[in-house]
Amino acid sequence: MGKRVGMEVSIAASEAVRLANVDVIAAYPITPQTHIVEHLSEFVNNGELDAEFVPVESEHSAMSVCTGCAAVGARSFTCTSSQGLILMSEIVYCTAAMRLPVVMVLANRSLSNPISIWNDHTDVMSIRDCGWIQYFAENGQDVLDHVLISYRVGEDRDVMLPVIVNMDGFSLSHVVEPVELVDQETVDKFLPPYKPSVVLDPTHPVTMGAIVLPSCYTETKKAQDEAVKASMPIILKGWQEFGDLTGRYYHPIEEYRTEGAEVLLVTMGGISETAMWAVDQMREKGRSVGLLKMRLWRPFPFEEFRKAALKARMLVVVDRAISYGGPGGPVASELRSALYNEPKRPIVANFIAGLASRDVAPFDFIEMVDRAEGACKKGTEPEYEIYGVRE
Amino acid sequence: MKREQEYTWTDFERGYVITEPGSSREYHTGDWRSQRPIFDKERCIKCGVCWIFCPDSAIRFDAEGHAETDLDYCKGCGICVRECLPGAITMVDEED
Amino acid sequence: MIEIRFHGRGGQGAVTSAELLAHAAINEGRYAQAFPSFGPERRGAPVVAYCRISDDPIRIRASIYEPDFVVVLDYSILRIVDVTAGLKHPHGILVTDSKFPGEKVRADLNIKGKLAAVDAKGIAMEVLGLAITNTTMLGSLVKVSNVIQKDSLIEPLKERFGRIADKNIAAYERAFKETVVVDG
Repeated sequence: MGKRVGMEVSIAASEAVRLANVDVIAAYPITPQTHIVEHLSEFVNNGELDAEFVPVESEHSAMSVCTGCAAVGARSFTCTSSQGLILMSEIVYCTAAMRLPVVMVLANRSLSNPISIWNDHTDVMSIRDCGWIQYFAENGQDVLDHVLISYRVGEDRDVMLPVIVNMDGFSLSHVVEPVELVDQETVDKFLPPYKPSVVLDPTHPVTMGAIVLPSCYTETKKAQDEAVKASMPIILKGWQEFGDLTGRYYHPIEEYRTEGAEVLLVTMGGISETAMWAVDQMREKGRSVGLLKMRLWRPFPFEEFRKAALKARMLVVVDRAISYGGPGGPVASELRSALYNEPKRPIVANFIAGLASRDVAPFDFIEMVDRAEGACKKGTEPEYEIYGVRE
Repeated sequence: MKREQEYTWTDFERGYVITEPGSSREYHTGDWRSQRPIFDKERCIKCGVCWIFCPDSAIRFDAEGHAETDLDYCKGCGICVRECLPGAITMVDEED
Repeated sequence: MIEIRFHGRGGQGAVTSAELLAHAAINEGRYAQAFPSFGPERRGAPVVAYCRISDDPIRIRASIYEPDFVVVLDYSILRIVDVTAGLKHPHGILVTDSKFPGEKVRADLNIKGKLAAVDAKGIAMEVLGLAITNTTMLGSLVKVSNVIQKDSLIEPLKERFGRIADKNIAAYERAFKETVVVDG
């Protein structure tokens, strides 16, 4: 085990980018992602990282630069939040379809309007179907490790997909906490150089991003869907090998005190740690409650999720985004679909909580479990509820 | 070349990259034409204005430098007729 | 686990205080977490920052509702913010900047429980030449709380302040000496 060092999680993210020895960084500062960009520009300026730092004029350009650079064979990095993601979204879809393994750290923040610089998952859910591999980190160590794992997985010749590492804005990005750095030798062992099989090169011209007629578009999208699904074994292999080198093993769905649990809380991102604390408190009182933490959002880990969820009588899913006029939070909707064909499936209660950094404390998780249990006892299957809203 | 209707989802290069340079040469847009330009060599002054304006790069020059069209790619738009300074180009129906 | 809440005004270094304390604890081989009450930085506006210190990994990311210690970086905050909200009773301690003796602060503001006071602004003006009280108040907090060993903060102070580290260390140590505790 390496030494634990106190650092802000944004700095941990920048350290990972430095360790990954990227060739190009193109980013536009936006709260709460700013500290990452600042540190990376310092690394480049101080000669600690031999990379091109492109101070672009917008996020649309940031993703365009990264996509173009990945196409010529350069390891590329960007990071953004909220409105920045929306502005770059046009290119975000292209990067995935063109199979270019850019890595992006997303410091999750609400979408406007009203303007909110605070944290929730409304930004990433707006590009849910962009075709990138998507992880959610629950602490600073996760963020550091997953930047490295993302390059390893994304650049694998059998994957060749871009990867988003979701990191909650402020509640992760601005926290000073202990992080174990990975030494360069270990990183070099884990992460080989980026060598795409086809690159943009004037001496061997190729066409990237061409038009496809309706006669073939369906086939191209099928190919893309299969590519994202096919990344699963490589992701698992990446996690396994990273664990063997560092002692830190990750899984698509992580179970916490689920043994014999009738009720399972389901969370994604930074609130998972607080939820563990809440589960401890409920277990101490003899309540049969456990926790499922969703680490991998795309490709969706159907098999692992069903295996973990079908043991329970009820799931209490905490979403951090809203689908206006829709079936509830995006996570709960997908979990319900994943369970639909099961002959005996748990009830899914859904709470939308923690919008714009509204605190989700241990007692809030306990309250959600109580409310869901109460509804069940009355015989009503709960749909979704915006938790803590003032009526 | 395989017809587009014959491609299955596994037939594409990763990311739909087209690895063969200049493959659009195989796409004969001349099929779209209902009229074609006729060049009068007596009137042609070899100025190249038709070559500049042709949106399909379908103008070429013969050994003496007179303009002519590559009928594999000429879509028959008639822009060369409109731009030709000495009026050396006229359009005729494909049927004629 | 010890939970500490810092109150200050934007620019006085409340967030820095929490971070320095976390660094010191992590350097001791323990676990710690420091974070601001997130928002845009506005100089002069009341600011809250949090720090948790524990011998075990910390698995909670919510705000601190029942702090063991509350540190107030500026006396004027006491009049506009309910700084003792949730302060653990009866062991919780309020540690505040004040040029008046602790008894007077307690009487003026009707504060119950244990209280520690130090003229942080006065020390900061004398030693640093600036009314930035973060490192001074850390001296006071460490004195009354023992949450970290006194010298554990020296390295983080050096790293953070570079060529003005010595002055900050002097302010830290002076406040450590001059803090007066008033039992509740």
